Amino acid sequence: MIRLEAVTKSFASKRGAAPALHGIDLSVGRGEIYGIIGASGAGKSTLVRLINLLERPSSGEVVIDGARVTDAKGTALSDLRRSIGMVFQHFNLLSGRTVAKNVAYPLELAGRLSRAEITAKVAALLERVGLADHAQKYPRELSGGQKQRVGIARALANDPKVLLCDEATSALDPQTTGQVLDLLQEINRELGVTIVMITHEMEVIRRACDRVAVLEKGRVVEEGPVTTVFLHPAHPVTRALVREAEGDNAVPATQATGQLLRLTLTGATAHQPILGRIARDFGSDFAILGGRVGHIRTTPYAQFAVALSGGNGGAAVAALRASGVTVELIGGGPTVAEHGAERGAEHGGERERHLHVV
Amino acid sequence: MAQSVAQNMAANAKGISMWFDRINWADIGTALGQTLTMVGISLSLTILIGLPLGILLFVTGKGQPFARPIGYGALSFVLNIIRSVPFIILLIVLMPVTVLITGTSLGIRGVIFPLVVGTSPFFARLVETALREVDRGVIEASLAMGASPAQTIFRAVLPEALPGLIAAVTVTAIVLVDYTAMSGAIGGGGLGDLAIRYGYHRFQTEIMLICVVVLILLVQLIQASGNSLVTRFTRR
Repeated sequence: MIRLEAVTKSFASKRGAAPALHGIDLSVGRGEIYGIIGASGAGKSTLVRLINLLERPSSGEVVIDGARVTDAKGTALSDLRRSIGMVFQHFNLLSGRTVAKNVAYPLELAGRLSRAEITAKVAALLERVGLADHAQKYPRELSGGQKQRVGIARALANDPKVLLCDEATSALDPQTTGQVLDLLQEINRELGVTIVMITHEMEVIRRACDRVAVLEKGRVVEEGPVTTVFLHPAHPVTRALVREAEGDNAVPATQATGQLLRLTLTGATAHQPILGRIARDFGSDFAILGGRVGHIRTTPYAQFAVALSGGNGGAAVAALRASGVTVELIGGGPTVAEHGAERGAEHGGERERHLHVV
Repeated sequence: MAQSVAQNMAANAKGISMWFDRINWADIGTALGQTLTMVGISLSLTILIGLPLGILLFVTGKGQPFARPIGYGALSFVLNIIRSVPFIILLIVLMPVTVLITGTSLGIRGVIFPLVVGTSPFFARLVETALREVDRGVIEASLAMGASPAQTIFRAVLPEALPGLIAAVTVTAIVLVDYTAMSGAIGGGGLGDLAIRYGYHRFQTEIMLICVVVLILLVQLIQASGNSLVTRFTRR
């Protein structure tokens, strides 16, 4: 759906060209909710603006729906932008227009519908975002969450294939953030709109995204399904972002004996009594040192740091893996270390990662 | 005691009424009419010329989608030159051109041209400032929705800047009232002309006083109407 090929972007500054993005390769699939996360200044706002060409790449190509659009101008550019809705952190509504007129604005610009058709379409869009009762209000009379709903209705007006969200929830309180993320997921599900979401909050990624790219100083340092990146962050920046969302999960210096393992259970596995069963079967004991439990979009997950001791440790680890648990060695004896080396190969479609402590 | 106060007041009232007898109210009415005509015509022309110039300054200015540093610099330089010449000097310097255009440098006809030249650069600057006040995010959102730059200026930026533009027109109208009074000095007509001819040259201070009071009222009225319009169109 969206492909960025070796895209770079530099801005002219007094001390010469200031590079913002270095050789970005990204591919967003149709119907996906794709997250781009990074600290402020990482280049994510620039990156998302390359997709609708609010920023032109210094080099590289932007490909949308199989067509190279990097140099689009005039009508082609307007058409492209109409097929890509955009939602902003600070809403960017027209303060002099009512809610209904704000949503009508992109339709007036396109000039394809009659006045009556525009009125009908605006009503339907406001209905979808739950603002039918506020059509005649001005933006200043609305709460932040309501303003963002207007922003979303406006972005959907021209039936776009793609929705770009630039920190769409960053100006909202946690509860409103949840509602707006729910609305975006509903739109993605029901209209099949591909969504690219920029954020600095891992929490937003965890709740709403299918895949994620982590941006650091203008480079993609990690990319993959949210389940992988969130549960097995490989890059220090990603780990810091996960830690920020989850609290400190680092395993403390411990007196516990045995091998320190990190067990990750996702999907149906997370709901099964695997740990207890295996402890019984192999006469091993688990001391739980840390952990987190929750959902990534709709996928349940549980992740524990445990100290495994006694019994047949090696067989217990093998049995855990056989039950669908991802086992990583984070410290301890040699038996498990051997298994740790094989881990990458047996973990389905995930690419190989190095062992690390969250 | 009370009686003497009453007598005093009666005497004063008689003095004031005598003082008013010397005023030709018809002259003041005519002068007010001339002032209003001059302000009205030159304000319309100033908006007609200054608004496009202000938009041009805005779109060619730094950080805008159409930034043209050289064009902006040149326009800015010319407007600044005009703005630095004191209006009374501008009136005199422009006389030959005024005669060329309107056939006379006297009366209302003779004064409109220098008034418009004097206030257009000022108004253009105010327009530029008002447009810069519009949130950049609104411009970006409009472009992101597929609007052309022209659509963005005329359908998003100008409507969003409306309160600021109304304030700019208000300030300019008041400056024009001031300038028309000054143009009285070179025979432009209006309240300023009357104040100088009777009040200064004929030592009829009361006429000057009345003219000033009328001008004060006029300025207050313009400012109050401007303010109420600004309030009405502010949705932020």
